[in-house]
Amino acid sequence: MTRCEILIVGAGPAGIAAASVCGDRALWIDDNPAAGGQIWRGGKPVDGLSETWFGKVRLRPRQARVVQAERRHVLVETLEGQDAIVFDQIILTTGARELYLPFPGWTLPGAFGAGGLQALVKSGWPVDGKRVVVAGSGPLLIAVASYLRSRGARVVLVAEQAPMSRVAKFLLTYPAKLLQGARLARGLPYRTSSWVTRFTGRSAVLNQGGEVGCELLATGYGLVPNDELRAQFPPDDANVFLAGEAAGIGGVEKSLVEGEMAGLRALGADDSHLHDRHRACLRFAEHLNRTFELRDELRQLSEDDTIVCRCEDVRFGALKGQAGWRAAKLQTRCGMGPCQGRVCGPANRFVFGWDLPAGRPPLFPAKVDTLLQDMEIRK
Amino acid sequence: MPEITVNGERVHVADGTTVAAALLTRGAAFRHSVTGEPRAAFCGMGTCFECRAEVDGAPHERTCQIVCREGMQVRTS
Repeated sequence: MTRCEILIVGAGPAGIAAASVCGDRALWIDDNPAAGGQIWRGGKPVDGLSETWFGKVRLRPRQARVVQAERRHVLVETLEGQDAIVFDQIILTTGARELYLPFPGWTLPGAFGAGGLQALVKSGWPVDGKRVVVAGSGPLLIAVASYLRSRGARVVLVAEQAPMSRVAKFLLTYPAKLLQGARLARGLPYRTSSWVTRFTGRSAVLNQGGEVGCELLATGYGLVPNDELRAQFPPDDANVFLAGEAAGIGGVEKSLVEGEMAGLRALGADDSHLHDRHRACLRFAEHLNRTFELRDELRQLSEDDTIVCRCEDVRFGALKGQAGWRAAKLQTRCGMGPCQGRVCGPANRFVFGWDLPAGRPPLFPAKVDTLLQDMEIRK
Repeated sequence: MPEITVNGERVHVADGTTVAAALLTRGAAFRHSVTGEPRAAFCGMGTCFECRAEVDGAPHERTCQIVCREGMQVRTS
């Protein structure tokens, strides 16, 4: 068992900001081997902003995954086994995951998440010379395409579902983002109002007609907050702080200021000097989300035999008549596999309007030894 | 440059390579779904479990979050 004053869960930008504020008064954990979360993966700075923040934080995260949470302790799995961490306050900077929409061929080898393919290449998979289509929605597509190109892949298309008018309006409202995007995207074949209707394993078929040959497809339709851990605590618990993408999708600057604010509040310090900046970040987040809102046509991508739940191979035809999330789960096992609905849940929420499944403990598959720690704590 | 074994076969990887990346380098698919479809890592971030394999005797490990270490034994289904 480990005791600490402040536990910070998550080492992406928000967690880095919180850890740089809390310093030695915090214990910091993340389920990845290094800090950085998704966008600063592997603890390596990718730009001036990440370089600044990696420089500010002296603390290093311990690799651990929270599987269960109670009022003042969490049970975690580690590389060596397990631990129970008792805290006075907890800062949840658990970030976001990608939203994946099912379509014919999305489960074939060669198809990956957009951030997913970037993560896999960053962790050592060479994609030299391979043709890749990057499809879906959001600024992430440009970042992924630019990164893959820098690693030798041939980006043959970036397909953004949002219409050009919305994307242009967003960029004109935020010239800094326009400059950043233009720099990253220079030379990339970027198409708006465009999406993949089928992946064959060797090519991507497009809504506007046409088929593009590719070995790899990187697809992501936006982000979903990882807020299952927050839901384990009472909503009004004054010792629980939520910051960054887990609190609502809004980009890295929002994550940084919210992480800083959470760290200051956990220390009992004043954070009012950050409120103006935070409000500006929230306005940006609203614009961002409105710009890349998913269009209705994307609810009709699946055919009856398209797999929706990858864990249990449940197909669209078996789901489309279901009354809701719970009925679907009981009738088809959709959402009962290892990911516990993290992938199919948000997809079904968009396609059918169902609620998301509530995260029930254990939050991830856990060893009995890990869960038995609960008995020790209660003594 | 650690050396790991995958299904008994020795594989050399660059420092910092995850097990998932090492498995992808060897082929497009390294797992099967519950109905037998070929699958491989997908989300790259420990969420989807499509990259799962047995690592040093422990089953269902998310290989996208495990960095290869010298002597690591990986078994895929």
